Amino acid sequence: MNALPPQPPRAPSSRLKRRNPLVALKPPLVPPFARSRAAQGLTAAAALGVFALQRCEKCGAAQYPPRDACVQCLSPRLRWRPAEGTGELLSETLIRHGQELYFRERAPWRVGLVRLDCGPSAIVALHGDCAPAPSRLRLRLALDKSGQALMIALPEKDTPDMAEDPLVRETTCAPRARKVLVTDAKTKVGRAMVEALVAAGADLVWAGYAAPWKPSPHLEALGALEGVSLVPLDVTDESSVRELAGSIGGKVDILVNTAEYHRPGSIASRGGVATARTEMEVNYFGLLRLSQSFMAALKARAADGPASATAWVNILSVHALSNDPAHGTFSASKAAAFSLAQALRADLQASGIRVINVFPGSIDDEWNARVAPPKLSPAALAKAVVEALERGLEDVYPGEVAKDVMARFLENPKALERELAG
Amino acid sequence: MSWRAFSRTPRRSSENSPGERMSSPVLAHLITDIVAGRIRVVDLTHTLAPEFPPIVLPPEFGESAPVRIEEVSRYDARGPAWYWNNLSFGEHTGTHFDAPIHWVTGRDLPNNATDTIPLDRFVASASVIDCSREAGEDADYLLSVEKLRAFEERHGRISPRSWVLMRTDWSKRSNDAVAFQNFDETGQHTPGPDVDAVRFLVEERDVLGFGTETIGTDAGQAAHLRPPYPCHSIMHGAGRFGLQCLANLDLLPATGAVLIAAPLKIRQGSGSPLRVLALVPA
Amino acid sequence: MRALARPYEDVVVAAPVTVPYTRHSIHSAHWFLAQALAKLIQAAGIRKSDIDGLAVSSFTIAPDTAVGFTQHVGLSPRFLEHVPMGGASAIVQLRRAARAVEAGDAHIVACIAGDANHVDSFRLNTASFSRFARDAVYPYGSGGPNGSFALLTAHYMRAYGASREDFGKLCVAQRQNARANPLALFRSELTLEDYLNARLIADPIRLFDCVMPCAGADGFLVMRRATAKKLDLPHVRLLGAIERHNAYPGDAIQFRGGWALDQDALYDQTGLAPKDIDFLQAYDDYPVITLMQIEDLGFCGKGEGPEFVRRHSFTVDGSFPLNTSGGQLSMGQAGAAGGHLGLVEAIRQLTGMPLGAQVEKARLGLVSGFGMINYDRGLCSGAAILAAQGRGKRRKKG
Repeated sequence: MNALPPQPPRAPSSRLKRRNPLVALKPPLVPPFARSRAAQGLTAAAALGVFALQRCEKCGAAQYPPRDACVQCLSPRLRWRPAEGTGELLSETLIRHGQELYFRERAPWRVGLVRLDCGPSAIVALHGDCAPAPSRLRLRLALDKSGQALMIALPEKDTPDMAEDPLVRETTCAPRARKVLVTDAKTKVGRAMVEALVAAGADLVWAGYAAPWKPSPHLEALGALEGVSLVPLDVTDESSVRELAGSIGGKVDILVNTAEYHRPGSIASRGGVATARTEMEVNYFGLLRLSQSFMAALKARAADGPASATAWVNILSVHALSNDPAHGTFSASKAAAFSLAQALRADLQASGIRVINVFPGSIDDEWNARVAPPKLSPAALAKAVVEALERGLEDVYPGEVAKDVMARFLENPKALERELAG
Repeated sequence: MSWRAFSRTPRRSSENSPGERMSSPVLAHLITDIVAGRIRVVDLTHTLAPEFPPIVLPPEFGESAPVRIEEVSRYDARGPAWYWNNLSFGEHTGTHFDAPIHWVTGRDLPNNATDTIPLDRFVASASVIDCSREAGEDADYLLSVEKLRAFEERHGRISPRSWVLMRTDWSKRSNDAVAFQNFDETGQHTPGPDVDAVRFLVEERDVLGFGTETIGTDAGQAAHLRPPYPCHSIMHGAGRFGLQCLANLDLLPATGAVLIAAPLKIRQGSGSPLRVLALVPA
Repeated sequence: MRALARPYEDVVVAAPVTVPYTRHSIHSAHWFLAQALAKLIQAAGIRKSDIDGLAVSSFTIAPDTAVGFTQHVGLSPRFLEHVPMGGASAIVQLRRAARAVEAGDAHIVACIAGDANHVDSFRLNTASFSRFARDAVYPYGSGGPNGSFALLTAHYMRAYGASREDFGKLCVAQRQNARANPLALFRSELTLEDYLNARLIADPIRLFDCVMPCAGADGFLVMRRATAKKLDLPHVRLLGAIERHNAYPGDAIQFRGGWALDQDALYDQTGLAPKDIDFLQAYDDYPVITLMQIEDLGFCGKGEGPEFVRRHSFTVDGSFPLNTSGGQLSMGQAGAAGGHLGLVEAIRQLTGMPLGAQVEKARLGLVSGFGMINYDRGLCSGAAILAAQGRGKRRKKG
């Protein structure tokens, strides 16, 4: 293992209290998971960090809870639309005796009834800084530990240390005071990722590197940063992954999988499958190997105090949704990784570990040299990942291109396929 | 079967059994000497493992698959009583053999691939040129004709159809992948032969092939020689072989060792990882 | 313009039965409902086959409904209702049954409600209570009525100036009423101090604001007066009844129930006024909803509940007798039978056979039901006015 340079002691305020090793680790508990199909619209919005409600396309009425027909005019044409999300707190309670184990463990739990300015009333989880009723509130959709949407109310104006509220910590995965593994710090994205995580207050960032013989001056620079530790990790090598998991797996709170192999090229531009296979080895099998080695420990530590294990981030590609033929095999490997990430998400759901999938467009690196701008800078991508962790998102489309491709995909996937072929 | 079985005369099972036809006092003596320790068997091979440094090309080229060993089962639910792995690697990984077909200059030669090279080429004597001092001082050291002639003055003329092995003690770096690869921003810095030395060995000494302790038979900076990669282009162009990533060359005498170096019989193989054994008088 | 419901002709209610409540039981809903049916047959002195109408309410009878229950108990009714309306089920069963016997669709309708209560039943039922609850309440940790009623109570207190003491007075009075009732699960004295100092459950609700879920069943028979007379059964007359579902959907938070919308209809149908009523059996799983019923059934104006509470004693022997058997807060809530509890007590009071103390000269009783916190409020409301035998000539209107 890499020897850490001696580090100065950190300010006590930036470090959470250490766990008492003689007290048994709590098993992770999650709130109720079951939802109607319509209610999954809230989850979809929360995954993107958007506040949205169903609106009737015929009469315009906003609906809540989610419905299958308009409460006013019975039209089935209910569309999820971004909404203002402001309202008035009418009543609140402090639940001290939940029925579900998850809530019992977190009692007391502040719950309110809010009249949204756009019409409906909603039962919401209240941030601790919300003023007593009657008061004005901002509503957000967050994902709870089950990965399902939760309507949470924040005070009308930001308050100091808002992010420290248990409700916020419970619905987000902020890297502050947590230990993070970045699986490949040698790429431009990996480097930016490590730097962004350090800046976001991570307690420790393990910066993985493969092929140590390939010179990487920036890796050495990263290694010299306070709070960064270089660790050998080759995601194509089962034994390397297993060894690292054996050494630090029990301490990783957030895993950010930046390992990526990308060679531009269409199907016809090169013969054989060697390059495509390497793409699969890194982008798909790499994720599988990491999952098999790191999943169990993450799950086990999902309730390990305020800096518990909390998230798994995959840097995918927006072309996981629809293939970019000029990067045909690369897109395919990312589609495979996306699919596997869904399986990973399902596996981790019961423990409350969030799987965050990031779908960038072309990144401004050597493998997209022939791609026209706009391209996403590694720093912008890293910033988007930190923000997703801090806001508790699940699906991230960083940058204009990704958002554009996603919107086109949602609107008409067949049209997008043709456009990308052109 | 114990080692003693090897020294016994094979049982005659039929009139025309190979054992009968090939019985030879030389082989009998060889075995007797090995058993008696008068001939040592030296392993010139690194362990084939994922972490062993692979050949690195500029990233825009196709890459060799690395060595990967993945468990199929290990006395567990996947196979309760047995342990085995799936193995994958490129032809040019670990301690490996280069066939003439590996290089464009040797592509049209007869019998140029691992499955067609005549078998007798896989057993040959070896001369070991000790360049360990020079390579220690200069990672870009190039073996010259002058150095070869100096070797011959001390140890006699290099025989035709023999291996010439360049000892640099580079293999001692093998547990430090960074030092073993020895890259900087101008590329790899590892020793190898210069153009004239290669020509001399092929044209004037008719050697079987050239072996090194580094990842290439050519020097790390051999792209800048004229022609580039002489040990590949000239050796393979003349139907000769290469051995790379050899170990324990420091245990060999300058002359007198016999190498057993047979690549896997890969159809149209350009090379293969292999176990290289040296028979050395004790 | 309101369409007036046709008055009930000669419909009576008889044979109030209770399968004694227990906190937990290993028995199923089928067991409790079947016992209720058996008690009805015994109380009325009829054969099982005489029952040709059946109405069933239960939260825990799944996967069966009233249909499967007929085969379970070997009944062949020609009128069958499954009424999944929680605490409003008693009134709704009564309304359906009354029209059925009036029309001759059935001769004798058995109205039963009951629920099992296994150790973890309550949590499991809550988790699957309704789609809106599953989507928009349960994930917030306020699953079950405690959280919902805490929100309604906090709002009501703020809006109308009700105090903890006001709610406490109702709870203490009902416990006083329960002390004479051998079937009440809680019969020990409850002081206002006990009430005020009990542990918090969901602010501002404390322990004695909350009904206790239990297992049990209740039932009654609906028939024409002539049938009751022939069977020589003590009975009471149904004078009028209302029900309403999802009233006032535009209210941002519930501060009134469907009774407010329908109280005029109820009094018009019966020719009575609130002042004529001798006792009220209100639905009382939490005291705030009792206060809303007092207001919405016209005993005082909206928001005057707290003041009304301060003026009355609510005991059987005092002013405005309320929940004379102790109500659910003292007897427990046997699931869907929660609303039957008040109705059977009203029959008992009006036939002079109360479980506990008798309200002096009780001639007219009002029974109210409330049920189904589907999301943020109770959706079903209902009320009925019952009259003792020999009383109940309806006043001329106008």
